Amino acid sequence: MTNLALIATLLMIMALAYHLGLTRSRAVAAEHDVRMHSRPGYYGALVALWCGLPALALFLLWSFLAPQLIDMLVIQQLPADLVAGMSDRELATFLRRVTALANERSVSGGGSSEELAAAAHMARLQTFENLSLVALMAVFAVAGLVYARRNISPHWRARNQVELVITIALAASSGIAIFTTVGIVLSMLGETLKFFTFISPAEFFLGTTWNPRFSTSGTDAQGEFGLLPLLWGTMMVSAIALLIAIPVGLMTAIYMAEYAPPWLRNVAKPIIEILAGIPTIVYGFFALIVIGPFLSSFGDLIGINIRTTSALTAGLVMGIMIIPFVSSLSDDIITQVPKSLRDGALGLGATKSETIRQVVLPAALPGIVGAFLLAASRAIGETMIVVLAAGNNPVLHANPFEAVSTITVTIVNQLTGDMDFASPQSLVAFALGLTLFVITLGLNVIALVVVRKFRQQYE
Amino acid sequence: MSMTIEQRRQHRLMTIEKSLAKRHRKENRFRRLGLAAVMTGMTLVAILFVSILMRGVPAFWQATFFMDLYFDPEVIQLEEKPERASGESQSEFNERFSAWQTQAGLVNWQSLIDRALEDKLDEDIEPSQLRDLRALLASNERFTLRNKFMDDPSVLGQTVEVKMLASANVDVWIKGNINRDLADARQQLSAQTRAWADQLYDEGIIRNAFSTALFLNMDSRSSPASAGLAGAFMGSLFMMIIVIMLSVPLGVASAVYLEEFAPKNRLTDIIEININNLAAVPSIVFGLLGASIFIGYLGLPLSAPIVGGLVLTLMTLPTIIIATRASLRSIPASIRQAALGIGASKVQTVFHHVLPIALPGILTGSILGVAQALGETAPLLLIGMNAFVANVPSTPFEQSAALPVQIYLWQGNELRNFFEARTSAAIIVLLALMLSLNALAIWLRKKFETRW
Repeated sequence: MTNLALIATLLMIMALAYHLGLTRSRAVAAEHDVRMHSRPGYYGALVALWCGLPALALFLLWSFLAPQLIDMLVIQQLPADLVAGMSDRELATFLRRVTALANERSVSGGGSSEELAAAAHMARLQTFENLSLVALMAVFAVAGLVYARRNISPHWRARNQVELVITIALAASSGIAIFTTVGIVLSMLGETLKFFTFISPAEFFLGTTWNPRFSTSGTDAQGEFGLLPLLWGTMMVSAIALLIAIPVGLMTAIYMAEYAPPWLRNVAKPIIEILAGIPTIVYGFFALIVIGPFLSSFGDLIGINIRTTSALTAGLVMGIMIIPFVSSLSDDIITQVPKSLRDGALGLGATKSETIRQVVLPAALPGIVGAFLLAASRAIGETMIVVLAAGNNPVLHANPFEAVSTITVTIVNQLTGDMDFASPQSLVAFALGLTLFVITLGLNVIALVVVRKFRQQYE
Repeated sequence: MSMTIEQRRQHRLMTIEKSLAKRHRKENRFRRLGLAAVMTGMTLVAILFVSILMRGVPAFWQATFFMDLYFDPEVIQLEEKPERASGESQSEFNERFSAWQTQAGLVNWQSLIDRALEDKLDEDIEPSQLRDLRALLASNERFTLRNKFMDDPSVLGQTVEVKMLASANVDVWIKGNINRDLADARQQLSAQTRAWADQLYDEGIIRNAFSTALFLNMDSRSSPASAGLAGAFMGSLFMMIIVIMLSVPLGVASAVYLEEFAPKNRLTDIIEININNLAAVPSIVFGLLGASIFIGYLGLPLSAPIVGGLVLTLMTLPTIIIATRASLRSIPASIRQAALGIGASKVQTVFHHVLPIALPGILTGSILGVAQALGETAPLLLIGMNAFVANVPSTPFEQSAALPVQIYLWQGNELRNFFEARTSAAIIVLLALMLSLNALAIWLRKKFETRW
């Protein structure tokens, strides 16, 4: 039986258990002619939970432990000399092939006689394991059901118990966010440490050359993994993007918040928000086929050599992408500045623009700075636009009209294709990812703290 | 010498008058600057949409052959299509049927097409010209012909009008997407093929016709003219189902906990900061997480929608949590107090009263989160979804493409003249899906929005 069918069956039994609990509680109420502590639905739910949760827990524990146990048993019955002759890695490969064979998937080369024998053994064990899981789950489910149904009495506080389970489930879901962060940090940290066994951190963080493919020539050299050209490229593209997005985004926000008549606000705001919803791959394509050629021919016109894919192309389009981000964040912040400040300035005879520049903006400054930082972090982490439009040229230079490469582009380049978690060429992606994570995290934390301070100031 | 008070007043007024004009000019300049910024934003949206539409819309119509084709019994030497006899078991029939299918595969369908073209061109084709001739049609069309025959074998011996896609290069040539004056060496088609294409186009045998290939076919390398989005669409659909099934319940649950139940302490503070940060973590980092945990550690298959779905779920969760919390926060405390006051428990208050009112906001936030996940590309590249997959996945565990990744793959195709339009068409499909999701969200918000 597949796992999905097993869970589906369990759910059906739980539905049955709910019904049994419900009718039982009604019967008990009628029999003793008393008011039950909780409404019948809660007794039903509690019986269903008693029936389903232990079985489910067993299932999870089992699916985690059983494969390991089976692997162990399979290895134990292998000829001793075969196991002794294999390194850990070879043994893992062997087990993977045997598992595939046991599940009737084909493996390359068809499988040797030892592998086939082991696979047959494993298939027997798996059948046994599956059957015993089903049997045990059935026992757990029925036992839970019977126990809970018997327990139904007017004094059983079913609602409180059901609510306790609900609350625990809710709390557990909010823990997932933590687990995600921990997962990100741990997985990247682990791979990064592996990477640092090949390349020293100093070489990585201070190296000025990026040339990871050096080792293919068969020498002992590992290639050069200098972060600086990539970091530089990232900074250049992001700076261009911010140079575009900040003025346009901020002025848009000011106009929308302070000047725009309601009809214009109603029309323009959704349109600009459309920009925020467009997938970045579309921006990348737009950069590649429209903006790039346009800039290139514009460069020809004024006598500058602008490449089609360059830091400028990528930065410009990324700027367009961030405009709505900057404008909606700043808009929120500007509208939060209390009206009394504006009224004060206007009352002293300041014009509207003077009020905005000399009163509203200084008051909103921390929040706006926070918005800029968030925009910067988004620009630094943006991937698809730079993959398509920045030209992938990891060299340190200061010419925005030339191609560059960024951290994100390099992560994509290093980790697509074969996924070999043992070579520095792949592992460097995680080191780069961790660098990226730390940079953006830093910017985000500062931004959030600043924005929160700003909010508290006017609350 | 000294001015009277009246003079001083006059003087001051004059200075103010003078500076006032200047200040008003400044005011106007500032206002116009703001308007210009708004206009810039809107113009950019317009340019982006117009340029994509201009390139993409023509790609929905493809150069297509409409011609009579003779299903020659001498070429198609096939037994009759097997019918299931009474008393025959399903497996016996299947065996017989697949033997027939294999036979049909061995028929030289290409020669039927060659002959039909020869007729239309009214020329004797030398064997040496066969290559040029075959460059006219998409190479997959012989299979289309085979499938057409297998569906309806009664056409045997008849002449039937068939509709077949022209090859990508012919499509480009007919639509003028390549400079027609380029030297022979730089053209993708031989002079002979180009002349034939023009001739057939003039005779109305090749026409631009709306093509369903883009929607119904899978991706194809050998026959780019018939490459379609079906596989990518299914892959994206699987991922979205996974995202909706996981991220919406989990996101709403954790938002409800944080907003309604959680005690204000250090731990919830950390969770809160954490969620805000996760929302701003670059998407590519989630791809790295997927590559290392789901593929490297848990051993899930490469390029499978299940992995993509899980990665996108983790990415979408913070968005949904934040939207749900905002929605819960906007519900006045009086609702909760009223419920608690008549004796509802905390859980009952939340599930019976607060959540139903917050539902529109939660839905809107969730739809926006899912739309964002639909367009996400970078993390999918890292879990191997950029592999070329030429079939439609039937489960989330099979290899698959996804819409945004298909766009990425197509824009990189060497056949630039053809794929620029096809990529734009794919983008139109993706944007149409996303914008309709967004429109749905806005409609929901408008319809159910309650102001307290």
